[in-house]
Amino acid sequence: MLINHPILGPRDAAEFTYLGDAALIDRPNWQADDAAEAFHDYLYLRDNPAGLHRELWFHEQGDRSWLVVTRNTLTHEITSVELARDVALARGRGKE
Amino acid sequence: MTINRLKGGLVDHGAPLNFTFDGKTYQGLAGDTLASALLANGRRLMGRSFKYHRPRGVMTAGSEEPNALVELREGGRQEPNTRATTVELFDGLTANSQNRIGSLERDLMGVNDLFANFLSAGFYYKTFMWPRAFWEKIYEPIIRNAAGLGSVSFEDDPDLYDKGFLHCDLLVIGAGPAGLAAALTAGRAGARVILAEEDFLLGGRLLAETSGLEDQSGLGWVTQAQAELSAMDNVRIMPRTTVAGAYDHGIYGAVERVSDHLAVPEAGKPRQCFWRIYSKRALVCAGALERPIAFENNDRPGVMLAGATRAYANRWAVTPAQSVVVFANSDDGHKTAADLMAKGIEVPAIVDIRADAPALPGTEVLAGAQIIDTKGRLGVTSVTVRLANGQTRSIACGAVANSGGWNPNLGLTCHQRGRPTWNDHIHAFVPGADLPVGQLVAGAAAGQFSTHAALTTGAEQAVAALADLGITASVGDLPKAEDAPRAMTPFWHVKGAKRAWVDFQNDVTVKDVKLSHQEGFRAVEHLKRYTTLGMATDQGKTSNVTGLAVMAELTGKSIPETGTTIYRPPYVPVAMGTLAGRSVGKEFHPTRLTPSHKWAEEQGAVFVEVGNWLRAQWFPKAGETTWRDSVDREVTATRQSVGVCDVTTLGKIDVQGPDAAEFLNKLYINGFAKLAVGKVRYGVMLREDGIAYDDGTAARLAEDHFVVTTTTANAVLVYRNMEFARQCLFPGLDVQIISTTEAWAQYAVAGPNSRKLLQKIVDPEFDISNEAFPFMGCREITVCGGLRARLFRISFSGELAYEIAVPTRYGDALIRRLMAEGEEFNVTPYGTEALGVMRIEKGHAVGNELNGTTTAANLGMARMVSKKKDCIGNTLSERDGLNREGDYRLVGLKPKEAQKMIPAGAHMMSQTGSVDAASDQGYVTSACYSPSLESYIALGFLKDGANRMGETLRMVNPLEGTELLAEVVSAHFVDPEGGRLRD
Amino acid sequence: MTDLKPITALNGDSAAVDTIATLTIRENPDLALASVAARHGAGDTVAARLKDALSLSLLAPAHWAAAGDYAAIWLGPDQWMVNAEYGTHALLASDLKAIVGDAGSVTEQTDGWCCFDVEGEQLVAAFERLCALDFAQMQPGQANRTTIHHLGCLVVRTDAGASVFGPRSSARSLHHALIEAAYSVA
Repeated sequence: MLINHPILGPRDAAEFTYLGDAALIDRPNWQADDAAEAFHDYLYLRDNPAGLHRELWFHEQGDRSWLVVTRNTLTHEITSVELARDVALARGRGKE
Repeated sequence: MTINRLKGGLVDHGAPLNFTFDGKTYQGLAGDTLASALLANGRRLMGRSFKYHRPRGVMTAGSEEPNALVELREGGRQEPNTRATTVELFDGLTANSQNRIGSLERDLMGVNDLFANFLSAGFYYKTFMWPRAFWEKIYEPIIRNAAGLGSVSFEDDPDLYDKGFLHCDLLVIGAGPAGLAAALTAGRAGARVILAEEDFLLGGRLLAETSGLEDQSGLGWVTQAQAELSAMDNVRIMPRTTVAGAYDHGIYGAVERVSDHLAVPEAGKPRQCFWRIYSKRALVCAGALERPIAFENNDRPGVMLAGATRAYANRWAVTPAQSVVVFANSDDGHKTAADLMAKGIEVPAIVDIRADAPALPGTEVLAGAQIIDTKGRLGVTSVTVRLANGQTRSIACGAVANSGGWNPNLGLTCHQRGRPTWNDHIHAFVPGADLPVGQLVAGAAAGQFSTHAALTTGAEQAVAALADLGITASVGDLPKAEDAPRAMTPFWHVKGAKRAWVDFQNDVTVKDVKLSHQEGFRAVEHLKRYTTLGMATDQGKTSNVTGLAVMAELTGKSIPETGTTIYRPPYVPVAMGTLAGRSVGKEFHPTRLTPSHKWAEEQGAVFVEVGNWLRAQWFPKAGETTWRDSVDREVTATRQSVGVCDVTTLGKIDVQGPDAAEFLNKLYINGFAKLAVGKVRYGVMLREDGIAYDDGTAARLAEDHFVVTTTTANAVLVYRNMEFARQCLFPGLDVQIISTTEAWAQYAVAGPNSRKLLQKIVDPEFDISNEAFPFMGCREITVCGGLRARLFRISFSGELAYEIAVPTRYGDALIRRLMAEGEEFNVTPYGTEALGVMRIEKGHAVGNELNGTTTAANLGMARMVSKKKDCIGNTLSERDGLNREGDYRLVGLKPKEAQKMIPAGAHMMSQTGSVDAASDQGYVTSACYSPSLESYIALGFLKDGANRMGETLRMVNPLEGTELLAEVVSAHFVDPEGGRLRD
Repeated sequence: MTDLKPITALNGDSAAVDTIATLTIRENPDLALASVAARHGAGDTVAARLKDALSLSLLAPAHWAAAGDYAAIWLGPDQWMVNAEYGTHALLASDLKAIVGDAGSVTEQTDGWCCFDVEGEQLVAAFERLCALDFAQMQPGQANRTTIHHLGCLVVRTDAGASVFGPRSSARSLHHALIEAAYSVA
């Protein structure tokens, strides 16, 4: 596969390591009342879509960027690649 | 001797080459394949079939060959199952026939053919069902011995294999008329083009036909096109290169046979190279594969595909025999007859199934006739023909040119699970709409069978492919070529035949397909598994469609309704060595050497692989007979005076930024915000599920600067997780990280005399006395006259100890200096074994204890967990399930008899009671002999261990049926108060 | 001056030089390296300070530039690797930290890497066998991180050829891979 790195252009998937669902960015608030339940869902409950899937890839043998790759699990078509940091900031993540 | 060599062709009649087949020497010509050279010498018999050991000869002239498989070369270079049709002849070539006992002519396994009735499809499934105990011990060895292909030599292959990576705008696969026209079109437009051709010559069928082009010879145009392409810098021509797989996003895998045409590769050169080709667009011009008609005993040597017979005559100037009968269902067979006769070969008859078959001067056309049998023990001597009027006639001949039509070569178009569609005009499958992304098809592969159509579609598809990329190209001048319609009458098998082969390589007959149908295995994928049709090394290139056609007839469905099986890479067999490339032997993975490696080698150290690292395991001295002698000495010397160990392999990550301390708070269970500059703290990292996964230290070199260490094994993982935390979880934290593992040569200097030794090398302006530089201190210093260094007062051994780091280039000099300066203290280098013994003696956890199931509480570190802050894993570590009363705690274990070893992995059971899972109290994680205690010791996890000190338990090893008694003690065997650390 | 004697990444007293047909592979042990990473929002400040002090430009992704004694290679977002001759700039990291101050994080990288300079006619052919980069299209001034023989490496296109930076502990394996590729295309 080729991943079209937003900074570096198309790079072989072999340069990356795969983590999983991009929902892992949405780490719950540890001080919330339902923190235990929220962390349980965060860690163990995953969608397994036949189709578009947003997932985390790490450019380990490249520039060390974490990427959010939107990939069709049926065709491997990749429709968008974003810097995970930008995604995280856009989703309101900061210092916590 | 070369009785079947003709005049002309693309072989060099002035360049004879000697070769050996089954021990007998023959002569061929430059330009021959092994198959053509054997045919030239009158050898039709080249192999034995897979199951029935039937005599077999060559059937095709390409990589689709099912029959002529040989063991090529000898010794370490021996290659089984090599298709003689693709082996380029070289002087001194040695090949042997395979899958036989005794000579090829008198294969003792030929007896199988007599039992053919018992060996039909499904035989193994039905016969070897019971008893179950016989499956692996009895049946499998028998089957593997009897049914098989070539053998391997079991010697190491002395040759090299390469891998490589190529990039292009347009990958053209196949250099026949379509591919050449495409490459010319794209090349002229300035696109980056790769033209990959499986054959060693470009031209494809143009080299095999006499009738392709009308205003010039096929060869003439090929030569001209090749010259033009060779002159283009933007075009790379790759002969001897088979594109074997179409993968995601325009990536293709290709095998280049760099040196297969040589007896031995040139020094340093690979035999083959596996290329990964990154193409923006790919154009499949892979041509078509001819299909045989199935008839009784159609597998005798001499029965060949008609197009192949024609190719042998025209290109290689050989004929399988001086008299060839043609069996045909279209005019294509007549073309073969005409070409053979033009070469002086006798064609006694064309047996044409069509009642209205046209006449051909020079031979008798038997219209409406069919071949119903052949005769000849090791090669065909005659055919029996049923004429249109029902009479039979025997015709003597040495070969049959069998022409059943052509199938577009679909493999690469279907590698992404594409489904081909049926074309009623050519009665064959053609590529469907669901091609791999970025792929186009032209020429015969697209069902465009005339030379004219091949040339024009090749050029047009190249233009279309480049237009997608924004490159303007145009169809230039193409040679005038034949454009005859390819009308044909579909005809798959002669009715009434019993042993009419469909899949030659796996010995599947029409009868087997019928049996499959009869037993209910009618879906194509069932048919395939039940009969093994198409499952041989040729992947059914010449047989699949015929098999489907027979099944379609039986079920009354159409062929497209019957469907096709799924095509998968590789298109041709690829040697494992080619896939491995250079990553073999000690280069299987990169090796990491420590800064003291050269010195340690000189000391005769024994090395151990730790991941990719090679670490000194122990340093044997003269007179030491076992590893224990060395390790015990190293431990004792360190605890009594001073030892030195290379600990460079521990991961080191530089963490900087205004939020560095806050960042570490997120990663470790314990707090780092208040750690003073110049101090080191031990920390444990959890997975988000609350399980401990790594530990190490963080040294604060400045307010905004830490150096974090990780375990050797987890260095990469911790760094990855830190980047995840930095970029994805806490992007607001202003922190920068980078690995510095390799930048520093780091040595542990441990033992009561460690300070004295270091004081001899640390520059005098740095005070490292206990007062000035206490336990858990860290400092940037200089050593040996101004060399920058870092000093950490940390201890893994439990002794007064330091770790000193210098730039890696000085690591070799520093270890030598430490040894020289430490002579007065009997300084002792120690390896990973002594390191391990000392950490067990001290009760420090490593990977054995951080084993993916243990929490901080299990490790006895519950009090370290800061409840005032968040950290990864914190919330879920508080789950009830991880915090039960009486959970595992890390304990020490001492055997009642000091000299009895507690096996690591042993389970702890009460002194009385049964030994079973329900009675399990815990398990041993680490064990060693402790020279300090003069006893074996161990660490382990014991339920409620903290409250069970002094208990005696049984250490049980049910695998070996052993057990011994051990006492539960503190995990800190040595200096439990830690006084030595602080001295 | 310390009296400790350094050795090269290949454990030699001097740099290894191998010439295979037209290709030359030269170990370069005389390199001081330090990474410079901009702190949040301080990318321009770091760039300006290095420009003022050293005339050194921090270029866009996948590029590198030299100025005087120094060169800076893009490593990742807001991160560059600065190099200079070790003989004259052994304290590169602290020198750079003095220049960028609180705007950047500077980390000692000397000896974290080994470096091989590769030159010669068959350069492109050799790199086709080494890495997945489209090396033929790389121009002097470009640099990319990728994998060579399973090792994370930095491939820097220079006027003379290419420099390959790899993990120092694996220098022998990387050197072996380069030599084998050179023989393969000789």
